[in-house]
Amino acid sequence: MKFPLTIAAIALAALMPPADAAALQDSGDPLASARWGDMQKTVLGGAPVLFDPRVKVIAPSTAENPMQVPVTIDATALPNVQEVLVFADFNPIVQVLRFFPEGSGAYLGFRVKLQQSTPVRAAVRTADGVWHVGGTWVNTVGGGCTAPSAASASKEWQKRLNAVSGRQWSEGPQTGRVRLSIVHPMDTGLVAGTPAFHLEEIEIADAAGQRLMRVQTYEPVAENPVFTLHRGQVSGPVEASGRDNNGNRFKASIAP
Amino acid sequence: MKQLFSLVLCALAGLATAAEFDYGLQAQPVAEGVYAFIGRNEDFSTANGGNIVNTGFIVAPGGIIVIDSGSSLRYGQQMRQAIARVSPRPLALVINTHHHPDHFLGNQAFAGTPLAALPATIDGIASEGNAFAENLYRLTGDWMKGTEVVAPSRALAAGHSEIAGRRLRLIALDGHTGADLAIYDEASGVLFAGDLVFNGRAPTTPHADLAHWLAALDQLEAVTREAGFTALVPGHGAVARDAAPIRQTRAWLLWLRGAMQQAARAGLDMNEVLALPLPAEFAGLPVAASEYRRSVGHLFPAAEQEALGAAQ
Repeated sequence: MKFPLTIAAIALAALMPPADAAALQDSGDPLASARWGDMQKTVLGGAPVLFDPRVKVIAPSTAENPMQVPVTIDATALPNVQEVLVFADFNPIVQVLRFFPEGSGAYLGFRVKLQQSTPVRAAVRTADGVWHVGGTWVNTVGGGCTAPSAASASKEWQKRLNAVSGRQWSEGPQTGRVRLSIVHPMDTGLVAGTPAFHLEEIEIADAAGQRLMRVQTYEPVAENPVFTLHRGQVSGPVEASGRDNNGNRFKASIAP
Repeated sequence: MKQLFSLVLCALAGLATAAEFDYGLQAQPVAEGVYAFIGRNEDFSTANGGNIVNTGFIVAPGGIIVIDSGSSLRYGQQMRQAIARVSPRPLALVINTHHHPDHFLGNQAFAGTPLAALPATIDGIASEGNAFAENLYRLTGDWMKGTEVVAPSRALAAGHSEIAGRRLRLIALDGHTGADLAIYDEASGVLFAGDLVFNGRAPTTPHADLAHWLAALDQLEAVTREAGFTALVPGHGAVARDAAPIRQTRAWLLWLRGAMQQAARAGLDMNEVLALPLPAEFAGLPVAASEYRRSVGHLFPAAEQEALGAAQ
């Protein structure tokens, strides 16, 4: 059964290219996931939802390594993005991360652990309170959330916990891009004998302390996370800071 | 009624497949007393049952020396029958060149024959063998029926070795995995290169160390320049009479290494690296696209760490 679009969706559609507008829908999961109803209720709190092709979720259709599945969220085509929530319907821990693009574009690349084949989705909240949802199916052999981290096999990582390395690109096709990696086991707590131990908060700011992006990371983010973002118009060093769920803090400066 | 009919059809189809499970192994003569079984240049599938690998044997005075045992119990059994059709001599030794599943999962069929490999290969089979076997059950299905991991117990060391009355040069290398054994049969001039060399198929890299692999290829190429050299049996792909497959494997690895470094330095994210087009030189190689995607997963993270300036 197809429901008519809400008034808000019709108004929105008038501003969009016809192909995108045709793909807008506020009911009927385009990924046909049996879990969608639960996702809308539990993850998005039953708020209004619009499946929106302007929310691009890029991930391989078949992921060779369920411990490191690359995901790129690009919602830069949407205006007034307040918050982006990334989740995977069939993961034992559904929520992957949440980010708030403040001075930066609504764009984030990272890698996740997946337990089985699942939709990976981004729900993007705009200022009007509507969640714009995009997503893609990722097929994988699975086991990503209940396999031990590489760090659990060696104590080497302890010396480098929360070590940040990163770089900015100021010329060429990737101008404005920032990439950073943080040493962390990101243990899910689903492996017997290994408690959950993961990064929780990351902030990216410019040299003047103006925040570019805030990221809340949950257990499914892959070990030794790597993030790709766009710093926007800012020049100069970028400051990364944050902490894990055990209160270990980090702070690092990424030179321009 | 319709449902019942399709049930019967399914059952019949199942029976037909079960009756087949025939790898069609034909011993291909490589030199006097040296044979190879050449697998398809494909990925593992329920259609090929894992017969994507090359194995071989040498008819030595004291018995048969088997080099790699294939991807399943059935493969090992059928290989054994195919060997018996060539020579009535007893089996003397089974050697596993490295710890990847298509090279050792037939070991079970050679019960009673000593199994040998480099020490790190024996360790790898013991620790990772079951996970590999599970994966092959998933990829090839019933072809794997009854297959269990049997790790070799005899450790081989590099150097010249007299095995079953045949003088073999055991060349201990690494780079494709942590331990890759190449075997040079001095009497025939045949070099069994294992998976250090792929011919007409994109190489696989799940345990690769590219610098070591490239160094290993140089050593193997030196063997092909020896006066007595006659043939190269790669781990995958056709037998060659020259070093062309070594050069092809080297070209792929060098390109792959350069592409990962370049992508990381340019600031690409892994999804963008996966989407890069293959150069024309390699795009036509069987399974190039799928192996490239796998290799990005295996190799890009290290290139990325280097580009981001992480202390290694």
